[in-house]
Amino acid sequence: MKGYVVLENGEMFEGVLHGKEKEVHGEIVFFTGMSGYQEVLSDPSFKGQMVVFTYPLIGNYGVNEVDFESITPQVNALLVSELSNEGYHYESCSSLESYCEKHSIPLLSGIDTRAIVKRIREQGDMRAIITTDPTNLSFNQSIPLGQQEVVPEVSTKTINTYGSGDHHIVMVDFGYKKSILDSLLEQGCRVSLVPYDTTFETIQSLQPDGVMYSNGPGNPKKLQELLPTIKKVAMSYPTMGICLGHQLLALAFGADTEKLTFGHRGANQPVIDLTTNKVYMTSQNHSYVVNEESLEGTGFKAKFMNINDSSIEGLIHKQYPVFTVQFHPEAHPGPSDSEQLFFTFIEMLSNKGREKAYA
Amino acid sequence: MPKQQQLKKVLVIGSGPIVIGQAAEFDYAGTQACLALKEEGIKVILVNNNPATVMTDESCADRVYFEPLTVESVEAIIQKEQPDGILATLGGQTGLNLAMDLHDKGILAKYGVDLLGTPIESIKKGEDREAFRALMQELNEPVPESEIVTTSEAAIKFANEVGYPIIVRPAYTLGGAGGGIASDEKELKQIIKGGLSLSPISQCLIEKSIAGYKEIEYEVMRDSNDTCITICNMENIDPVGIHTGDSIVVAPSQTLTDVEYQMLRTCSVKIIRALGIVGGCNIQFALDPYSKQYYLIEVNPRVSRSSALASKATGYPIAQMAAKVSIGYNLHEIINPVTGHTYASFEPALDYVVVKFPRWPFDKFVHAERKLGTQMKATGEVMAIERNLEAGIQKAVRSLELKTNGLDLPSVTKKSDEELLHLVKHADDRRFFVLLELLRRGYSRQELHEFTGINAFFLQAFERLIQMEKESTESSFLNITKEQLFAYKKAGFTDEWLASVWGVTEQQVREKRLEFSITPSYKMVDTCAGEFMASTAYFYSSWSGEHDIIPQSGKKKILLIGSGPIRIGQGIEFDYCSVQGIQSLHRLGYEAIMMNNNPETVSTDYATADRLYFEPLTVEDVLNVIDLEQVEGVIVQLGGQTAISLVEGLEAAGVKLFGTNLDTIDQLEDRGRFYSFMKQVNVPHIPGVTATNEEDALDKAEQIGYPVLIRPSYVIGGQGMMLFESKTEFVFYLEDDEYTAAFPLLIDAYYPGVELEVDALTDGENVCIAGMFEHVERAGVHSGDSTAVTPPYSITEEIKELVSEYTERIAKGMDFKGIFNIQFVLFEKQLYVIEINPRASRTVPILSKISNKSLIDYTVQLLLGASMSDLGLVHRTLPEPHFYTVKAPVFSYQKLAGLDPLLEAEMKSTGELMSMGADLDEAFLKAFVWSQQSKPKLFTQTGSIFVDVAEEFKGDFAPYANKLQQLGFTLVTNDFSNWVQTDEAIALISLPKLGTKDGTLNRQEALRQRCSVISELTTLDVMLKGLNVKELQYHAIQDWWLKQKELIK
Repeated sequence: MKGYVVLENGEMFEGVLHGKEKEVHGEIVFFTGMSGYQEVLSDPSFKGQMVVFTYPLIGNYGVNEVDFESITPQVNALLVSELSNEGYHYESCSSLESYCEKHSIPLLSGIDTRAIVKRIREQGDMRAIITTDPTNLSFNQSIPLGQQEVVPEVSTKTINTYGSGDHHIVMVDFGYKKSILDSLLEQGCRVSLVPYDTTFETIQSLQPDGVMYSNGPGNPKKLQELLPTIKKVAMSYPTMGICLGHQLLALAFGADTEKLTFGHRGANQPVIDLTTNKVYMTSQNHSYVVNEESLEGTGFKAKFMNINDSSIEGLIHKQYPVFTVQFHPEAHPGPSDSEQLFFTFIEMLSNKGREKAYA
Repeated sequence: MPKQQQLKKVLVIGSGPIVIGQAAEFDYAGTQACLALKEEGIKVILVNNNPATVMTDESCADRVYFEPLTVESVEAIIQKEQPDGILATLGGQTGLNLAMDLHDKGILAKYGVDLLGTPIESIKKGEDREAFRALMQELNEPVPESEIVTTSEAAIKFANEVGYPIIVRPAYTLGGAGGGIASDEKELKQIIKGGLSLSPISQCLIEKSIAGYKEIEYEVMRDSNDTCITICNMENIDPVGIHTGDSIVVAPSQTLTDVEYQMLRTCSVKIIRALGIVGGCNIQFALDPYSKQYYLIEVNPRVSRSSALASKATGYPIAQMAAKVSIGYNLHEIINPVTGHTYASFEPALDYVVVKFPRWPFDKFVHAERKLGTQMKATGEVMAIERNLEAGIQKAVRSLELKTNGLDLPSVTKKSDEELLHLVKHADDRRFFVLLELLRRGYSRQELHEFTGINAFFLQAFERLIQMEKESTESSFLNITKEQLFAYKKAGFTDEWLASVWGVTEQQVREKRLEFSITPSYKMVDTCAGEFMASTAYFYSSWSGEHDIIPQSGKKKILLIGSGPIRIGQGIEFDYCSVQGIQSLHRLGYEAIMMNNNPETVSTDYATADRLYFEPLTVEDVLNVIDLEQVEGVIVQLGGQTAISLVEGLEAAGVKLFGTNLDTIDQLEDRGRFYSFMKQVNVPHIPGVTATNEEDALDKAEQIGYPVLIRPSYVIGGQGMMLFESKTEFVFYLEDDEYTAAFPLLIDAYYPGVELEVDALTDGENVCIAGMFEHVERAGVHSGDSTAVTPPYSITEEIKELVSEYTERIAKGMDFKGIFNIQFVLFEKQLYVIEINPRASRTVPILSKISNKSLIDYTVQLLLGASMSDLGLVHRTLPEPHFYTVKAPVFSYQKLAGLDPLLEAEMKSTGELMSMGADLDEAFLKAFVWSQQSKPKLFTQTGSIFVDVAEEFKGDFAPYANKLQQLGFTLVTNDFSNWVQTDEAIALISLPKLGTKDGTLNRQEALRQRCSVISELTTLDVMLKGLNVKELQYHAIQDWWLKQKELIK
């Protein structure tokens, strides 16, 4: 049936609504990767967001059982230009359409996705409503994503352990992607996945060799209360942070974050390692960035930088074995050029001296 | 790293004449590279003997050598110019092979010339199969079970071990020439023999066939900082088994999950890194459709046809960036020229789908072997951009300029189910149309998948098109709703086709559509899927969504129509003319808007025109752009026959066409009108008539008297031009199904005299003849296939004067401005006009280069109203040059089995070259010995020549027989099949009775055995003249100009 997406700026686009016919509110963002819709829809960092795929043919290879980044779909809604109604792939076990139907995810097709991208590019990420009845809509029914607390919805409630390797890592879950866990397991780690608000004492009792702060959705400043714990953990254990984890570590040491007009979401963001001068293509999905000036006095210095807009893409601490990345070295979707960073993290574990600066 | 400061002068090697597997893409790459070097203040020395190229213009290179692409020639140039570096990775396989020869012979070291970009060791690792396999083994990357063989026995032994089918890939050949798939020992023996002899190192890779796998390509770049990026990936709709150049290809891949996409990307990056490439590289994979198993098929350590396609598909200028990194820049230091504010170290994101469709020559060569395999046969290709696959396919199909009716190819529609099923299993150029026809006849997607291995995703798109086609035929014009019409347009159906199914005019459909406000929107190709603001002037149409903002400068605008895909008879020369036209419009203060659909060319570089519309060239597509841009008018004289054929529709729609009108074109094409025009201007023409049907044709041929020359009107490259010696032959032709004999048919008397041609400029009053060519071969041989010389070398001043006189009369008599070409024949001391082409011709680039005057610039000024005296063209002819220039055809026979190398009325050459000499014989020699790889054996060794001369030519041949024997050649006249197998066999002289094709099989066999085939006595004559030359002199064109200037003073 006919469906509509109404943007906060008042503009409306018409398409065909599949999946769940319900009204949804959320932040509208776009993803520029040309493949990987299955990973995107199951990435918890997209919690609270409706994702516009810039690539116009979506659904071609269906949905399979192996490429999910979490066990449930996470996006609020999907917006595509041309929806392929079958999955033409040996692994496919469902079409995208029936998958969305099954999980009550609204899927709006036949939408002028490029036009929406241009609006977001010019006016920034904004709220949007998907509906079958575009009359009498109110944006007051929802609060902007940046003011919501979304991490509690996606974080684990219990402590779970994975793998049996020699290195024990505690991963603090803000909405982790399965590929981060997989990358750690590949490096021979045993991973204890813990809730986002786990105390220092609990972490200490797990006796980790290192701590990983995962990716996750929303505004890092909505998690202010966690910062003292995060700082204490980072001063005590070799620590790596990815995406939201990176932003929280920066905040914990006194730096500041700010919102980009529209986030980096795609598989082609060039990042330079400021120490080695090497350039990586990275997978990214974030709205917030660490402000470079605010690093003054935090002990952090920029380790990675985005080549296009010179924004901070990763930090290294001068005193503690702590490093962070804004991008996703675990890939999925996107290139795995920087996957060796997990190896760097593991190397850091075996070298626990606090005085050494890790590069 | 900043650029290498010591580089002041760089020698660039071009790819030479167009052959199958090496076409206009290297002019595009070369032009980008030369401009990138010049931008850095580096002096560019260029060697390329293809005159129809943009890169050989002075705006691209400082000194241009139209000299042979041989080691001797390049060494002499190096010695003379003393370059600091040499750039060879942008000149195709020709450039790469030449660079390897120069390196191996120690010439680069001797003169201290650095090979820029990818190091020689990397090139060898990528090119030499054994080295490549060893490297893959080291990297633990899978290659199909394979073996390098140098004998048939070894190949058979391997095949017996791993099992058939077996793929044969000869090393170092163009377009995979000589390769093939063998399903049994007999086939293997046959293919391996050809493959070994074609490979310059007598080496073939034979491998277990993985036919049926998905074929995926990645275009990768690397800089010396080790940054690696993939510009795009592409998926062949045709699975492994058909050369990628002959496959329908989409970009990006459509049926790969992200895991698969990244798996192959990671492997690509690993390989380019291990090879140490600095620049661009193409990597081809085979991916099992039922597992994650993949194999490496091939690596091209240079820019290629695929990289040109990738550049156009993404907007990312690979060749330009490759040139920059080859002189030391790093990708993250170079601004992405498309956005103007992000950097070149990124991977383009597409928000549209790209379809590439090959253009094969089999609409002309109906009896050549059409079967597709590992050897590329397409002469060119088209690309289409759309927001959905169906519309992309439709755009590609209509860009091909085949005689299709919507999505059906009439010759396919006529076939029985059995024939179609055979064709779908044994793929040839018609397979796409065959698949659609089978769907129309109710065959299922699943059956077609089983026959072809084509992924159901693509077949479903085909199925949807057929479904909509059916729906539209069941709908009616009167009842059509806005939604329905919109759906058809969105799927790419044209107004013309809808009009034909509804039985109304195209104009009516157009009006209805506009009534419903259904018009295309135009979107920008911006490399980043809209993420960043971009300012590229590169657009495509789509039937849904909003317009992107089209920048406007306020200047007056003129639309130029390009020439579409490269095909026999319409080659790169028209792209050269289009680019020159754009530059001229810029100088005159206009905005130049370009429309074209050939991804290989310079005209479709978004930086060439003010705005590029990458679109099919039909009346509807052109009118839509005109409506959008509101141009002053359209120039159709520079885009070959493609542009000329739009004149009728554009004129009917009230579009202003500069310099040309339908009436004039009709006056020249309609034989009746043409003859009365000739009479009116008092110029003799060859007697001829127009026949309206078969019976009429036979009657009229009888009246004219055999031999007769027939030609359909409005044709390219003599398509369907034939010479018949007797009624029997003519009847045979008329009854042959493959020639859909196009009536009205023109029947001319055949006058086997000396052919002359001129290119002339006119303002409608006065005329200036830019140059005159004399053809070596007698009239009757297509002008595109004959060797031609300017200035003429055997005719008298009186005749030249008469040519000028006739040209002037014609120009004054025509309602025409601009540039035109006339072909004459001098027969029994009488001069006759054969035909007049009211457009730029293939000799225009040559005359422009040698006169150092842009004929196209003159043309554009004339079209816009300048008079001849405004241009300073006050004499009836430009001064004759003091040197000789030879234009010679280059053929791709080695790629096209079943073609008879006999020179005849139908054109067969794929490209042309130009050579120069103060002395005529020297210019001839350079025309024959034009490249390192293809020196005819006649010029490199003595040996035996088989002579098969018809009775009527025996007398004329006698002196040549003596001459050849004096030169040490042995002449053989008996037992051809034995002779052709001998090592001494070097050439076949085959002069069949006039108007017959006697000896076809022998000529084809001689060709297969790499012997020269000479089918015209005059060709032999000039070859022998070339053989006289002892020493060659090499000069840049700039030196010739200088001397000419001095002489005029």
